[in-house]
Amino acid sequence: MENLKKTCLYDKHVELNAKMEEFAGFSMPIVYDSIKNEHLAVRNAAGMFDVSHMGEIIVKGKDALAYVEKIFTNKVSTLIDGQVIYGMMLYENGGVVDDLLVYRLNSEYFLLVVNASNVSKDYNWIVENSNDYEVLIQNVSEDYQEIAVQGPEAEKKILEALNINLQDLGFFMFANYEYKNHHLLISRTGYTGEDGFEIYASEEAIRDIWDVLLKHEVTPCGLGARDTLRFEAALPLYGHELSADITPLEAGFKFFVKLDSDIDFIGKNALIAQGEDLSRRIVGIELTEKSIPREGYEVYHNDLLIGHITTGYLSISVEKPIAMAMINRPYTKKNTEIFVKVRNKMIPGIVRDKKFLEKKYNKTKGA
Amino acid sequence: MSKLVEGLYYSKSHEWVKLLGDDVALIGITDFAQSELGDVVFVDLPEAGDTISQEEEFGAVESVKAASDLIAPVSGEILEVNEELVGEPELLNKNPYDNWLLKVKLENNDELGSLLSSDQYADFIK
Repeated sequence: MENLKKTCLYDKHVELNAKMEEFAGFSMPIVYDSIKNEHLAVRNAAGMFDVSHMGEIIVKGKDALAYVEKIFTNKVSTLIDGQVIYGMMLYENGGVVDDLLVYRLNSEYFLLVVNASNVSKDYNWIVENSNDYEVLIQNVSEDYQEIAVQGPEAEKKILEALNINLQDLGFFMFANYEYKNHHLLISRTGYTGEDGFEIYASEEAIRDIWDVLLKHEVTPCGLGARDTLRFEAALPLYGHELSADITPLEAGFKFFVKLDSDIDFIGKNALIAQGEDLSRRIVGIELTEKSIPREGYEVYHNDLLIGHITTGYLSISVEKPIAMAMINRPYTKKNTEIFVKVRNKMIPGIVRDKKFLEKKYNKTKGA
Repeated sequence: MSKLVEGLYYSKSHEWVKLLGDDVALIGITDFAQSELGDVVFVDLPEAGDTISQEEEFGAVESVKAASDLIAPVSGEILEVNEELVGEPELLNKNPYDNWLLKVKLENNDELGSLLSSDQYADFIK
């Protein structure tokens, strides 16, 4: 693991005896003690994740708003300063470059938070398409460290530990805060289906915050729990539910793609051409016999191969063998009987919706 | 440090064999195996009456994150399956040496000679 990059919290993970594995070129904590306990801490109390490996790219300048509109599928034009929005960047053919959060600092200054595994690809792609725009594009991933604090007690824990009151911060809003002379950017966002926050700051601040949250019994959580949590909330992971070969429509994320607006973002025409007539799409699957549907497993209708699992677990909170799967039409209809091939055995199941779990976002305060 | 029990036979694929009589043995997974796996959430086992063959897959132990094949350390006929593990797979995390998977009638005791002693296994997982 010598050649791997380390986040500023690496030594703290090692001290906590985390199982470290390579992820996106970083040595990252997969699990500290138990994925199950970490997962449940987030669902029932509060957990924290080192997500310093995530990429941050700034787009600023006179044409920043117009340029972000051109490369982003969701509606940026109505964002106000201090608001965050989720969406994708697409290739001309509708395949996904990456899925990301866009933070609007002001109309001439946007922060794009992208997947760690895609940072250089994203940066290059953003630069390549910017010729006709007066914008400055910077990859500032090295300067932004990040901790996600997630769970129903996240707000309370941050108040107790950092003396920062986030009560008035709306869902998908962000603001700047001071902490011991450090500057923090905090948003009410996350990747778990729970209420929670993402804190961006310098290395020194993040190291301090990690220790203080740990003292206040916020459970450190690894990438293992991060994946089981986002999966139950049916949130996509690039490389699984989204990729250069999967359009957002096929992935079932039409909500984050504004085809009816007058903004011509890259990839829009391909998606309009693809239209409602999808030959395949990602659906939910539930097995009716005890087994575990895992990524890559084949899905059959009788003897016919109709798709594969993109992510699946014996779900910790729902306590059922469930999965997301890319399935060919017409087998995408709810209650279609399917089989998942598990170690050469055909395990029966059905197609279902992806609402595995009720999300518990706090939307009381909004934009 | 992984726990080991003396007097058991160990395979390089992290199963153990405990001889109960002349040709009856219990098969389980080692402490090293359960600790590498993490939270065990599902055990997929064959049925009594089935046969297993040395070095061939006979089922799987699954953690939250991954499925790990079980490889038969010996050949034989399955006399009994530990049904308790079906309802409580996490027992494998708590005590992998008491919570055996299968009781088998050995086909050929000579196969035990190809397995590792506890000392040899301790070296192997170092």
